[in-house]
Amino acid sequence: MADTLTIGKALNLGLRRAMEDDPKVVLMGEDIGKLGGVFRITDGLQKDFGEDRVIDTPLAESGIVGTAIGLALRGYRPVVEIQFDGFVYPAYDQIVCQVAKMHFRSRGKVSLPIVIRIPFGGGIGAVEHHSESPEAYFAHTAGLKVVACSNPSDAYWMIQQAIASDDPIVFFEPKRRYWEKGPVDTDSAPFALHESVVTRPGSDVTVLAYGPMVRTALDAATAAEEDGRSLEVIDLRTLSPLDMVPVYESVRRTGRAIVVHEAPGNLGLGAELAARITEECFYSLEAPVLRVTGYDTPYPAARLEEEYLPDLDRVLDGVDRSFGW
Amino acid sequence: MNDLLRMYELMAVIRRTEKAAYDLFMAGLVKGTTHLASGQEAVAVGASEALRDDDYTFATYRGHHHTIARGATPEACLAELMSKATGLCGGKGGSMHLTYAAGNMLGSYAIVGSHLPMAVGAAWSAQLRGSEQIAVAFFGDGATNIGAFHEALNLAAVWKLPVVFVCENNLYMEYTPIASVTAVANPAADRACAYNLPASIVDGNDVLVVRSAVREAAARARDGGGPTVLEMQTYRHFGHSRTDPATYRPSWEVEEWLSRDPLTIAAAQLSKEDVAAADARAEKVVAEAVEAAKAAPPAEGALTDVWADGSSTWRT
Repeated sequence: MADTLTIGKALNLGLRRAMEDDPKVVLMGEDIGKLGGVFRITDGLQKDFGEDRVIDTPLAESGIVGTAIGLALRGYRPVVEIQFDGFVYPAYDQIVCQVAKMHFRSRGKVSLPIVIRIPFGGGIGAVEHHSESPEAYFAHTAGLKVVACSNPSDAYWMIQQAIASDDPIVFFEPKRRYWEKGPVDTDSAPFALHESVVTRPGSDVTVLAYGPMVRTALDAATAAEEDGRSLEVIDLRTLSPLDMVPVYESVRRTGRAIVVHEAPGNLGLGAELAARITEECFYSLEAPVLRVTGYDTPYPAARLEEEYLPDLDRVLDGVDRSFGW
Repeated sequence: MNDLLRMYELMAVIRRTEKAAYDLFMAGLVKGTTHLASGQEAVAVGASEALRDDDYTFATYRGHHHTIARGATPEACLAELMSKATGLCGGKGGSMHLTYAAGNMLGSYAIVGSHLPMAVGAAWSAQLRGSEQIAVAFFGDGATNIGAFHEALNLAAVWKLPVVFVCENNLYMEYTPIASVTAVANPAADRACAYNLPASIVDGNDVLVVRSAVREAAARARDGGGPTVLEMQTYRHFGHSRTDPATYRPSWEVEEWLSRDPLTIAAAQLSKEDVAAADARAEKVVAEAVEAAKAAPPAEGALTDVWADGSSTWRT
C-alpha cells in the first residue's frame, strides 16, 4: 500500500509496526511518552503500548543508555531517543565503551541489539547542542553501525530494519526534514539497511550526501541541469559500514565526486570517502574529490546558521570547482 | 557440608585463584593488567549465597571474586586472563571483562560506574517479565562520585526496581583515600537518602553478615519494595592493580585489616580439620586449573566478533 507521509510520521508508523511485530521492543527517552517526544516521533505510542514499553525517563542520557544495555542483555530490543544531537555526549561513554565493544570482548556471547535514535543537523533556527552533526564520532568506532535516513520511505523501513538488527545502531534522523512528505510503500522494503542508493542518475559528477543534505543535493542537481550539467546523487544511507560499491561504480563513470555534509569538514565522513575513492578510482578521476561541508567552527547562533550550512549554491560552487580543475 | 564451610571453601578457591593469577602474571603468562580482590572475597561469596541462580550480578574490573562466586570455574577465569581460547570470553575479554552469562553474571566493567544503569536495565527486564528476579550491582567506593551512580540510583528508585546496589568500600579510590575526595563519610550509604532509598553499612569481611544483609535487601527487592544500598566495609590486600605496591597505605591500617581477613574470620567459626580439608581441596582445584589453563590453546580472532554475524567487515 502506498501512502504519502512526512518523515516524522513515517518514523512513528515504523516504530509502531516494530512494536507490534516484536513484544521485546521497548522505547525509552526524555518526554517520549505522554508528550510523544519534542518532535512527536513517538506520538500516541505510550497510549497504545503502555507505560511499560514506552518509558518517560529522567534527563540522564548515560543512565538511559546504560539501562538500555541491561535490557538488551536480557533479550529486549530497546530503542533510545536522544532528544537533540548535542545531548548524546553524556551517553557517549556508554555507547563507545560498552555498546560498541561488548560483542567483541565477549567473543559473541553477548549481543546488544540497541537502536539509538538521534535527530541531527541544523536548519531549524536552533542553536548549538540542538543542531549538530556528530555522526563521525560514532562512525569512527568499530562495533557501532551508523545510518541516516533522508526521506519518508527510508524513515519507515530503516527504523524497522535497525530495530531488527542484532548489532547496535546509531540512527540519525534529519530533524529539519521531519515535516517533508513523500511516498511510502508499506508492503515491502525497497532497500536493505546497509545499502547506498543512486537517488538521481546523472553522468557528469557524483554527489554523495546523507540525511538532510540529500534534499539539498537533489535541488542542486535540478538547478545544475539548467547549466547543462548532469549530477548523479547518491544517498549513502549507511555511514558505517559504508557501502562503497555503488560509489565506485558511479565515480568511475563520472570521473568526479563531491561529498556534502553539514558536519565540519575536518576528519568528517567526507575525508574517509575522499580517501577511499582515491584509493579505488584514482585513474578514473578528472579532479580531486571535493568536500562541501559545514565549517570547522562550533555550530553558530541561530541567526548565523544559514552562513554555516551547505546549501544549493555551495553545492553548485563545488561542482564548478570540480569542472574548473 | 554446612553453609559456612561451603562459603569458606569458595573464598579459599578465590584467594588461591588470585594468587595464581599474580604468579602467572609475574611469570609473563598474563598480559595486560589484573586487579586483585584478595581480602574482599566475603562480599562476593556472601552476596552470591543470598541470591537465586537466576538473579543477575554485575561487577567491576576488580571482579575475579564475583565471577567465581557465581559459578565460573577457576580454570575458565585463569584461561581468560591468559587469553586462552577456553577462557570465559574466548580470551578476548581478559581480567577486567570477565563475563559468565550462563551463570547470570552479566559482566565486569572497567569504566567506573557504567554497569550500575545496566543492572537497572536487567532489573527492569525482570519486572517486565514478572519473574521476581533481582539484579545486584557491585561497585567500588570510587564509583559513588561518578554520575552514573547517581543516575542509576534515581532511575531504580523512581521505577521501584528490584536492584541491590552493593558498594565495596575498600577505603581507596585507586591510589587516593576515598575520604579525601568525598563530601560524606560513607560514600554510598550516605547518598542513599537523596534517592529515598534504605541503606546499611555492613561488615564486608564477615561472610555471614554479608549474606544476611543481602538476603534482607534481596527479599525487599523481590517483594516489590524497590532498591537498597549496602555499603560493605572491606579492604584489599594488594594495591589497586598489578603495578601498585600500595605504599600510600599506613602499615598500621594494613595490619589492622589483615587481622580481619575474611578467611580467618570464617575459619575461626569452623573446626581446624574442616578448614584444613577445605584448604586442601581448594589447593587441588586451583593447581589443576592452572595446569589446564596453561595447556589450553591460545585465543584467536583479533579480527572477529565485531558484529553479530561474527565478522569484522569494516570496508565493503
